[in-house]
Amino acid sequence: MSDPITEQVKDHDWIMARAEEFKAMGETEPRLARDPVNQPMINNWVEAIGHQDPRFADGMAPPAMAQVWTMYGLDPTRPAKDPLHGTMQMLDSAGFTSVLGTNCDQVYKRALKVGEQVTITSKLDSVVGPKKTGVGEGYFVTTVNTWRVGDEEVATMLFRVLKFKPAARAPKVDKSKTIRPMRNRDTEFFWEGTKQGEIRISKCNACGELRHPPGPMCPVCHAADRGYVVASGKGTIYSFLTHHAPQLPGKELPLQLGLIELPEGIRMVGELIGEDPAIGDEVDATYEKIDDDTTLVYWRKS
Amino acid sequence: MNPGDQIPEWKLPITPTLVVSTALATRDFQDVHHDRDLAVKRGSKDIFLNILTTTGLVQRYVGEWASKQVGERYQVLECALRLGAPAYPYDELSFTGTVKEIEGDALTIDVVGAVSLGNHVNATVKIARNA
Repeated sequence: MSDPITEQVKDHDWIMARAEEFKAMGETEPRLARDPVNQPMINNWVEAIGHQDPRFADGMAPPAMAQVWTMYGLDPTRPAKDPLHGTMQMLDSAGFTSVLGTNCDQVYKRALKVGEQVTITSKLDSVVGPKKTGVGEGYFVTTVNTWRVGDEEVATMLFRVLKFKPAARAPKVDKSKTIRPMRNRDTEFFWEGTKQGEIRISKCNACGELRHPPGPMCPVCHAADRGYVVASGKGTIYSFLTHHAPQLPGKELPLQLGLIELPEGIRMVGELIGEDPAIGDEVDATYEKIDDDTTLVYWRKS
Repeated sequence: MNPGDQIPEWKLPITPTLVVSTALATRDFQDVHHDRDLAVKRGSKDIFLNILTTTGLVQRYVGEWASKQVGERYQVLECALRLGAPAYPYDELSFTGTVKEIEGDALTIDVVGAVSLGNHVNATVKIARNA
């Protein structure tokens, strides 16, 4: 059974329209603080915060306590037309379920005195968004609160929160699980090279032919006498593909695999770093140490 | 006193007792300020300082300096906080401050309260020399 009301699309326009309604409600009715400004609550605050000032023992309330007098306490009920509470509920229902205080700006017209009875009024000032933030996408909700003694305005507070959808965290990649390359007497020199930040290309000592991947015998003159040269570390993308599946230990997918043409005249396969590779792009070798034995080489656009 | 003058650094160890006693003294009963199990369940590392306490600590830092340097009858006029990293128990909250502006009897002071995760609060506090 579908309920037409719950099928309302709670998109940006809906949020802003509801926000306008809360703004149009203006200031709430004054709400009385539970207690008049009193010495025992000041004493508790002074003891916890540790701020000794002789004036706080002599009838003057610490200005930083302005908000304390009108805190709701343990009572979970809120006035029906509390704009902050209403706006929070509205954004909750649109999926912006988390909250973070970002700004609290208080202005004190004068210090409060023991015996004074404070009231608070609140109004919704603005709802701004959606904004992409470090914690996720959300709306900044700003309320303005005013404390009065009788008709006299004694303090105000602009209070801003970010109401956001927590960003889905990418599953953490454990790089220690990266698959290690096969190493043998033919390839050992190559991985010794990457540890030192260089690419070594197998060279036939008899005829000078360069070859990759390395093997025991020269494919041209069949000599088994080999050495190596150190490559410049530059290359161009000869071809590439995007790997989506299967999952690879220690890797975040998708990843780009390139066939890199080196100016020395050989090609080698390697992982490409960076967005949107294209055939012909110039790339530079870059190295990542996986552990004490293994350093891998990647290619990054020049 | 001149703009650019520094307020001596103040380092405050954050303990569970500090977080809980200040939350209750500011009548803030949100569970994330006194119940570690629920704080962790809500995605936090631990309980953390509430905003009213940060307001109080910033004004204590400026006030203890002001009562000596500005006069015992200094007044707090404004306190604007920009909030950042949470202040968790077993961390240390380290306050530094600079006199930014002097205009007649009014002083504007920039305060940074830093924890190991970064700045917990950037504050601008405006005080006046005398009542």
